[in-house]
Amino acid sequence: MGAETGAGRLWPLGALAVAFMALAPQVLQLFTIINLTTAIALALLGLSLGLIWGYGGILCFGQTVFFGLGAYAYAVAAQNFGDTSTAVLVAIAVGAAFAALLGYFMFFGRVSDVYLGAITLTVTLVFFSLIRRTSGPEYKIGDALLGGFNGTSAPPLTLPWDSAAILFPNQLFYVAMSALTLSYFGCVWLTRSRFGRVCAAVRENETRAELLGYDARLYKLGLFTIGGGLAGLAGVLMANGVGRVTPDLFGLPYAAQAIIWVIVGGRGTLIGPILGAFGIFYLNSWLGSQQLVNLNVVLGLVLIVFVLLLPQGLAPTAMDLAARAMRGRGRARRRRRPRRALAAEPAE
Amino acid sequence: MDLFLALALQIVYGVSNLALISLGLAIIFGMMRVINLAHGEFIMLGGYTVIVATSHGVNLWFAMLVLAPLVVGLVGVIVERVLIRHLYGRMIDTLLATWGLSLFLIGAVTTIFGPQTTTTISPPIGAVQIGGYGSSGYELFLILITLAAVAGVYAVLRLTKLGLVARATMQRPDMASALGVSTSQVYMLTFGFGSAVAGLAGGLLAPITGVVPTVGAIYIAKAFITVISGGAAILAGTLSASSLLGVVNGVISYATGPTLGEVALLLTAIVIIRIMPQGITGRFFRKSL
Repeated sequence: MGAETGAGRLWPLGALAVAFMALAPQVLQLFTIINLTTAIALALLGLSLGLIWGYGGILCFGQTVFFGLGAYAYAVAAQNFGDTSTAVLVAIAVGAAFAALLGYFMFFGRVSDVYLGAITLTVTLVFFSLIRRTSGPEYKIGDALLGGFNGTSAPPLTLPWDSAAILFPNQLFYVAMSALTLSYFGCVWLTRSRFGRVCAAVRENETRAELLGYDARLYKLGLFTIGGGLAGLAGVLMANGVGRVTPDLFGLPYAAQAIIWVIVGGRGTLIGPILGAFGIFYLNSWLGSQQLVNLNVVLGLVLIVFVLLLPQGLAPTAMDLAARAMRGRGRARRRRRPRRALAAEPAE
Repeated sequence: MDLFLALALQIVYGVSNLALISLGLAIIFGMMRVINLAHGEFIMLGGYTVIVATSHGVNLWFAMLVLAPLVVGLVGVIVERVLIRHLYGRMIDTLLATWGLSLFLIGAVTTIFGPQTTTTISPPIGAVQIGGYGSSGYELFLILITLAAVAGVYAVLRLTKLGLVARATMQRPDMASALGVSTSQVYMLTFGFGSAVAGLAGGLLAPITGVVPTVGAIYIAKAFITVISGGAAILAGTLSASSLLGVVNGVISYATGPTLGEVALLLTAIVIIRIMPQGITGRFFRKSL
């Protein structure tokens, strides 16, 4: 857990992201670009869960609640104000504020583990059934009809200084990619800051962290709130990628998938959940285009196989292998004896 | 008076329904500290067993009361051997693996039977009159059978040798194993027993709810939240939580409609967990089964 990549290894990643951002619209078709925007939104959702689960040990089954709330807040605010930049800020604020509220409710009640999972899952399902019920003209916030099962339309992003200049799909892709990249590096910075290190300490041993004088509840709450804000931002991107917000954003399938991305990509890394989200997204659309195997069969097997055989996930396993290969080259000859010595040590 | 009686019956049915769908999950959670998120799909498999069996001419009662628990119990034993066995003591990992299993079962059943079933079974008992109100006789039957199932689980755990051995194993596996109990077999049978109860619930509910591959999703959230808010004691926890939640659900549903009833149920459960993080039986009825 907590694989820390040195600063030297971060800049190639940033360069890769920038190169991808510059090249993709030149090479790829428009349809693929629009799809990519959705995938990026999901990756950001994955990153938010990877942050709070991997670095705070908070197993949130309903990260989708902040995602959905962010998307709805964006759509409603944009329809009311006509200005989308304010709407983006509103969406992030709503995601973070609700996370703070729910987090206060849970962490200060010392709810943890499975119980925390149960509460968050329930909360997202509550929103799912409540929002599905809001069809009809009486359910509206300002000018925005909530639209029940069919959801409501999400106005596309505009330039901050000119609300008539609607962004084209290519420009939307630039925005989404920059948001993801900046969020990723923000999270890396956060996990290396003092705050992030204390969060990791709380994750490893809550009692010990408290005995050292840190209020575990506050640190968890802070991390959870940041995760909620990120998920809210992901909701904004999702609303823009799809063009509508629907109750499905709160539903079980997205909630389950977010968990799968983190498991597959790797708990305790930040790049893992992002790659996991992209991978599963394209696996999804590939499987959706053929009739041979049912999608759920594959997703289920992937989850089972990873939990049983690769509990660390892809990113840490790959890093392990790479590190071992590097080391192996240097001292291949001396390998055997130290290993046997290790095996002789008593197990803990 | 008639209205009151009909409403009361409806609420009691709601409570027993909640208890019926949660009981199998509660056995597995209470005894083994394993949360089986594929529980909803076990219920679904029970329903499919009844559909397949009756379409081959098997008597409906036999299919519901014998075949469904038997088949799903067997599935449970297989799942325990293949999957759960490797994950004891890792609560979160079991949760995730069984979530994967749930997706897998939904997909597999969809592949075999298609996304919808055309066969429906009508409830084998007709309506019953209570004053001016008609009530489903089958729902009355379900209330009775839930009571019987709870009594049966109590009897197995309290009165039989197997139950004694199982409870001993759950409390002190090392000691039980030193006394010659094969703990691995006990785990397997306990998981199978819980699964069988889930299969029974699925078989019994098939005539009411109909069966589609995704039907498990309806049950799992409710069963999960009932078991968690009930806490570790299997029967006391399930009964107390499903009574509380079932009454809230029934009253709010009657006043405002089914969706808000559901929401009220979930919110009540959240409040219970917030106040009593170990569930109701973590605070009250501690020594109970």
